[in-house]
Amino acid sequence: MLKIRSFKKGGIHPHARKSLSDTAKIQNLPKPEIIIIPMSQHLGAPAVVCVKKGDIVSAGQKVGSGESFISADVHSSVYGTVQDIQPIVLSNGIETNAVFIETDDISEPQTEFTYIDKDILERSTPQELLKIIKDAGIVGMGGAAFPAHVKFNIPKGKQAEYLVINGVECEPYLTADHRLMLENTEEILVGISVISKIIGAGKIIIGIEANKMNATRKFEQVIEEKRLPIKIQPLRVKYPQGDEKQLLKAVIGREVPSGGLPIEIGAIVSNVGTAYAIYEAVTKRKPVIDRVVTISGNAIKNPGNFRALVGTPIKVLIDAAGGFQEEPAKIVAGGPMMGFAFFNLEAPLTKGMSGILALTKSDLDFSSETACISCGKCVTVCPMGLQPTRLFRFINNSKFSDAMSLNLMDCKECGCCSYSCPAKIPLVHGFKYGKKMARK
Amino acid sequence: MIINIISAFLSVAILGGLLGIGLAFASKKLAVNKDVRVANVEESLPGINCGACGYAGCSAYAEAIVIEKAEIGLCPPGGKESAEKISKIMGMEIEFNENRLVAKVHCNGNREHSAYDFAYRGLEDCNSAVLLFKGDKSCKYGCLGLGSCIKVCPVDAISKTADGRVEVNKEVCISCRKCVEICPTGVMQMIPYHADYYVACNSKDKGAVVRKVCKVGCIGCKICEKKYPEAGFDVNNFLSVVNYNSKGIDRQGAAKACPTNSICKI
Repeated sequence: MLKIRSFKKGGIHPHARKSLSDTAKIQNLPKPEIIIIPMSQHLGAPAVVCVKKGDIVSAGQKVGSGESFISADVHSSVYGTVQDIQPIVLSNGIETNAVFIETDDISEPQTEFTYIDKDILERSTPQELLKIIKDAGIVGMGGAAFPAHVKFNIPKGKQAEYLVINGVECEPYLTADHRLMLENTEEILVGISVISKIIGAGKIIIGIEANKMNATRKFEQVIEEKRLPIKIQPLRVKYPQGDEKQLLKAVIGREVPSGGLPIEIGAIVSNVGTAYAIYEAVTKRKPVIDRVVTISGNAIKNPGNFRALVGTPIKVLIDAAGGFQEEPAKIVAGGPMMGFAFFNLEAPLTKGMSGILALTKSDLDFSSETACISCGKCVTVCPMGLQPTRLFRFINNSKFSDAMSLNLMDCKECGCCSYSCPAKIPLVHGFKYGKKMARK
Repeated sequence: MIINIISAFLSVAILGGLLGIGLAFASKKLAVNKDVRVANVEESLPGINCGACGYAGCSAYAEAIVIEKAEIGLCPPGGKESAEKISKIMGMEIEFNENRLVAKVHCNGNREHSAYDFAYRGLEDCNSAVLLFKGDKSCKYGCLGLGSCIKVCPVDAISKTADGRVEVNKEVCISCRKCVEICPTGVMQMIPYHADYYVACNSKDKGAVVRKVCKVGCIGCKICEKKYPEAGFDVNNFLSVVNYNSKGIDRQGAAKACPTNSICKI
């Protein structure tokens, strides 16, 4: 095992709260009566609906096609009838068209996706594999949901020296990737070799935080058995290590330039969940129609990890976890640091959603905002080396171009500054607003 | 002895005279033409050098106004008063024309009448609130009341009301349209200064949807348009809009007939 490492600049140590669900095995959820497939589950242009009201669709059939350069296909996750196509608001506040599908259990043909094509990896060229990934609508499953086929299509003149697999899962509460690494180790490794073949990476490293040592051991055991050229890099627990920039700094010691992409320093980062989705797409020809999601928080009766169909209403997921044991004060889609608080439980599960948290009043701090005392805590914890306090002052006074000259666009909204601010200033929210106004 | 005194006296006098001529010449030759307006503008500013305008201090801002034609209303401590003085100096006096347009918030939905989806906690700014589900109000067309318009108004004509909206003082409004441009929901619109009635709603949703989220919203029932054809109400997209170029007969009657009381007297 390699020496334990981490990134140096900034970062925080929030309470992990992972013990609520890190021993709960992944449970498969039954099909809900209605599935809502949103067209915008990824970064980039929304997909275009390619079915009509009344159509009968099968599980894995394409219902929306991603036609722009940065976009991804979306697929039906069940066999059923298209009931309606209308705009909905997702849990992250994005308004998008969605296909409502009523599931049909009776006339459904035999379950698909059981055949496993074992030697496809040896048979196919990188281009063919990339095509499979594109057709399966695979996006980054860690949360950002960047279309995978765009990321793995290395621009000319660039070379991917490293493939870094992200098994960090640094957000508190979330255990979906952890359970996936424990229960589907071999499948993830197959997915990793597919990515490695596509991008032609020389070195493959899996970064895992030290609070998941059982996953590290499991990986090492399988890698040794199969003699794979993959290294495991244990990482000291620190948020936001799961961000690709911090992960690269920790694992290979290189820094992504401001405004740049990891490929500029010769690296590609991919999540373990994405690797698993790629395994399913390549060997079973199964598009992204389900994902592992953590349902947790102190307001949930039985916190756990579930393999749920994309498009399942969040209410159904919460009911599957035993429902609320007390009135939740806040419901969050994603992790508590970067996730979105939302109010509509009818909103569906999307490809990039790794967790749903129901937090109680005692989990939250409702104290009101006070004036900035210039303590500089936000500057110390900012992993990007920005000055949140000055940025916020500019934004609050509508001086957006001044904020831009202090590299506002380098802020990735990780929330370290807001978390550590003793005056409870909504810094990250201000930066999101500042970015929006500066782009105008 | 006396000669010494006289010679000293004379030499100093001549030297002083020569230097004086030199200085007079230099002051003519090397004179810097300074715009008197700069000094006047600087005098109209509060002189606390806070830098809120974005310039190094009051004198830098005064210079920027005169030379670079910088914007006048950038001084928050000076507020309306200094903006008026400066515009007078710069010959940009505001004419309070009786035919001018003034801004008006087309929404009466307050905490009592309207539904809210969630409790917004964050930056006091409408453009920042709309990042989250287009604002906390269930109606996505209404006034969010966080005051983006108040920040940009150069003459402090807009103020918050106690019930969670904003209001424009039409006597002070200078028709600059800045509030109209910054408003994320489009609820701030220009109407004539002499307008008598207006429709206090901006919702383009169907009547049934409006009824669910607001008690005082226009439901597009068309009573005003059909029963009072001379009053000049046009209903499009389930929203009644007053056409101020029409004759405008009996708008009072239309206001009384409006089932949701969304036609209001100004």
